[in-house]
Amino acid sequence: MQIGVPKETHAGEKRVASTPDVAAQLIGLGYRVAIESGAGTRASFSDEAYERAGCEIVESSGDVWDRSDIVLKVRSPDAAETRRLRAGQTLVSFVWPGQNAELLSELTNTGATVLAMDSVPRISRAQKMDALSSMANIGGYRAVVEAAQHFGRFFTGQITAAGKIPPAKVLVIGAGVAGLAAIGAARSMGAIVRAFDTRPEVKEQVESMDAEFLMLEFEDEDGSGEGGYAKVMSDEFIKAEMALFAEQARDVDIIITTALIPGKPAPRLITAEMVASMKDGSVIVDLAAEQGGNCELTAPNEVVVEHGVSIVGYTDLPSRLATQSSQLYATNLRHLLTDMTPEKDGKLVLDLEDEVIRGATICTGGETIWPPPAPKLSAAPPKAEPAPAPVAEKAAPKRSFVGPLVTMLAGGLALLGLGAVAPPSFMAHFTVFVLACFVGYMVIWNVTPALHTPLMSVTNAISSIIIIGALLQISSGDELIMWIAAFTVLITSVNIAGGFAVTRRMLGMFRK
Amino acid sequence: MLSAGVLTAAYIAATILFILALGGLSNQETARRGNWYGIAGMAIAVLATIFGVVSQNYGILAGAMLIGAVIGLALARRVQMTQMPELVAILHSLVGLGAVLVGFATFLDPESHYEGVEKTIHDIEIYIGVLIGAITFSGSVIAFGKLSGRIGGKPMLLPARHWLNLGLLLAAIWFGREFVVQSAGGDGMIPLVVMTVIALLFGIHMVMAIGGADMPVVVSMLNSYSGWAASATGFMLSNDLLIVTGALVGSSGAILSYIMCRAMNRRFLAVIAGGFGTAGGAAAAGGGEQGEVVPIEAAETAALLADAKEVMIVPGYGMAVAQAQHTVYEITKALREKKVNVRFGIHPVAGRMPGHMNVLLAEAKVPYDIVFEMDEVNDDFPDVDVSIVIGANDIVNPSAQEVPDSPIAGMPVLEVWNGKTTIVLKRSMATGYAGVQNPLFFKENTRMLFGDAKDSLDAVLKAL
Repeated sequence: MQIGVPKETHAGEKRVASTPDVAAQLIGLGYRVAIESGAGTRASFSDEAYERAGCEIVESSGDVWDRSDIVLKVRSPDAAETRRLRAGQTLVSFVWPGQNAELLSELTNTGATVLAMDSVPRISRAQKMDALSSMANIGGYRAVVEAAQHFGRFFTGQITAAGKIPPAKVLVIGAGVAGLAAIGAARSMGAIVRAFDTRPEVKEQVESMDAEFLMLEFEDEDGSGEGGYAKVMSDEFIKAEMALFAEQARDVDIIITTALIPGKPAPRLITAEMVASMKDGSVIVDLAAEQGGNCELTAPNEVVVEHGVSIVGYTDLPSRLATQSSQLYATNLRHLLTDMTPEKDGKLVLDLEDEVIRGATICTGGETIWPPPAPKLSAAPPKAEPAPAPVAEKAAPKRSFVGPLVTMLAGGLALLGLGAVAPPSFMAHFTVFVLACFVGYMVIWNVTPALHTPLMSVTNAISSIIIIGALLQISSGDELIMWIAAFTVLITSVNIAGGFAVTRRMLGMFRK
Repeated sequence: MLSAGVLTAAYIAATILFILALGGLSNQETARRGNWYGIAGMAIAVLATIFGVVSQNYGILAGAMLIGAVIGLALARRVQMTQMPELVAILHSLVGLGAVLVGFATFLDPESHYEGVEKTIHDIEIYIGVLIGAITFSGSVIAFGKLSGRIGGKPMLLPARHWLNLGLLLAAIWFGREFVVQSAGGDGMIPLVVMTVIALLFGIHMVMAIGGADMPVVVSMLNSYSGWAASATGFMLSNDLLIVTGALVGSSGAILSYIMCRAMNRRFLAVIAGGFGTAGGAAAAGGGEQGEVVPIEAAETAALLADAKEVMIVPGYGMAVAQAQHTVYEITKALREKKVNVRFGIHPVAGRMPGHMNVLLAEAKVPYDIVFEMDEVNDDFPDVDVSIVIGANDIVNPSAQEVPDSPIAGMPVLEVWNGKTTIVLKRSMATGYAGVQNPLFFKENTRMLFGDAKDSLDAVLKAL
């Protein structure tokens, strides 16, 4: 089947839905790939690179749409593109059917099959095609870069001859994929990073990235909603949360907000007063600008300066790292297509039994099938399960003296009893035996576990000392005993020679 | 003919050399010297005995020793390192058989002349020597069969097997009494033979009831028995050298068994009694599918490895089965050239005998200073970028720590799941020996690389 990748039409969009590397992999799946000329230019992928990867370069976007069975895009299709879509064709791109009901019905009417990358369910198996996470990751990283751009100081602290430079303090609100990416980027630039999230289960992730997790003293409320997203919180919680932000705003230099609740406008977390209370030269980067912004003063797609604070409201952060985001997005698409091409023969199979494919498909054959039945999975373990008791027996009871004492007494009595009946010659041998056991005990504990196999083969060899017994008997006048002894000598010799030789061979292999 | 004094002195020298031999194994540098001490000790003991005691039949003696030595050397040269457990098991059986034969020969010896209590004690010594020897012999033969795959690895659980064992034990004691009584009257061959048969059956039954993964315990236990058999023979012959050497070997095997049991968090008796989890918790096979497993391709694995800084390789019996250790080494070499810190984490019971994995890796030329014990590396996993689990299951099962009623609860395990990414090489989703589902496979940071370990690793190596 023919895959087509048209140039993105949205103004300012620099990303492209396939890179040369990924295109080559798609060709490996049995597809033919056509790219509109110049589609990758703004993401630094030249037509020549695509050509080298085996793609066909097509001059007009109309051609791409007409000839392709599968069209890969980044942004949701515009009106002209939607008109080009026809029954039997498959379109894969971001669609946002929740926000774009009109577009959804138009797409349905074309009779084409449309898969929305934003609707891929968030389950472990689908992580590799989770374009939202890929884009959020880039957005988070880029947010820090934007903040650095508008911030007048270093992120890292330094002591220089010209004086001490304090490190920048960064507050990240919302520790989702974007938040964690922002934490990582800000940390690696040397800033002090704090993070807040309503979902307590992300605390560990935040702390693992060397940032401080700000906690609210709320016992019962857990902000984890369905599908690993946050949900709307109670009023008291929000009040406490706002108090925390107000306090932090006075202290920190940079605030990066990433708080989103699916299907709702972004929660208003940073008020105008908080912005006013921030130090001059501070920066706010609002990743929720497209959904109305977490900050009251955010202007989408713009940088505004209010009360001496720069507020960055770019909604195209992934596009600002076009090469990287094209790479990740294209790989997400490739994973999706790989799953949909089970035979690797270039034939797309739409398996609506598959939870992932079902979730992503929003319309097919003139029917809207969005929203799908919601998956119920969360990063947090089910609440019902009480924390399992630690398995390690910490409560090893203090050993009482009685046990060992009884054992010792019994042992002593047994020894005495043995001594009372056994002849002295036996007791002499017994002494040797007991002492040898102890020597063995002491020596063996020193053996390194790595040498346990050689230990066994060497002890095996020396336990053939039993050959002495046979040697004592071989000179017997009794024919039968002589032959038994000879046979014993034979088999123990096997053991001695074999045991020592194989030990030597093994030890020879151990090297630094 | 050497005098008795010289003979004793030679025996003392041999004893000291044996102790030094075992002491030498405390680390790799001194181990080779230790082996030479052992050889020297054995040579001194044997030569001193030949020149001090043997008075005739030199030809037969020399012939027997020569043939034996040739067979032994041939075995040692031919054996594959993956077959070491079998070799050790079959060699143990020879010690057991030797003890039985020496016991019978001593009993038949017309020149022995003991009276009264001494006679009784001597008879008991013979009896015990033959008993332990026979158990060692038949047990080792069965262990050999199981390890080499000639006998199925599944535990054979007879009904009422504990009662059967008890019955055999009581019978052995009763025949022992008969033997002592009859021997006083110049007879006793019949009870001795009957007891030998009972002991042989007991040895067979004991090892048959033990499953594949408990083999490390069995092999080291048989190692211990072969020592005790030698020691009992020493008592029988009033020979201190045998007593001491036997005791050294016996305690060595006992300690190894103890270490193995501790590594599985199981009591020695429970292992010997056979079966696994027969009284097991309901959680044993339950749980079913616990989530999604994420498969991974060899090329991606290679990319992950190449990007990692810290790599931990956790080998298990599956690596030995697939003979993948050489490929593992090639991968290790390639990664180390890229300045990736590759280490190996070895669980005490990985493989079929104590230290089995170390020997396999040594054979593949993996330097021993990057091979670590479980306790040495367990705390480092949070810093590990990629852990590769090769053909291991129970030893990396988080249930041991997280599920209190799991059959393997409390068993120390390698905490690979604390690392950033874990790649598990496995043929299928089958459970490990303990029959416990492994939640590790369903963890978010675990990737499964399905297929034969060697083929998979070859593909990874190629991709590197």
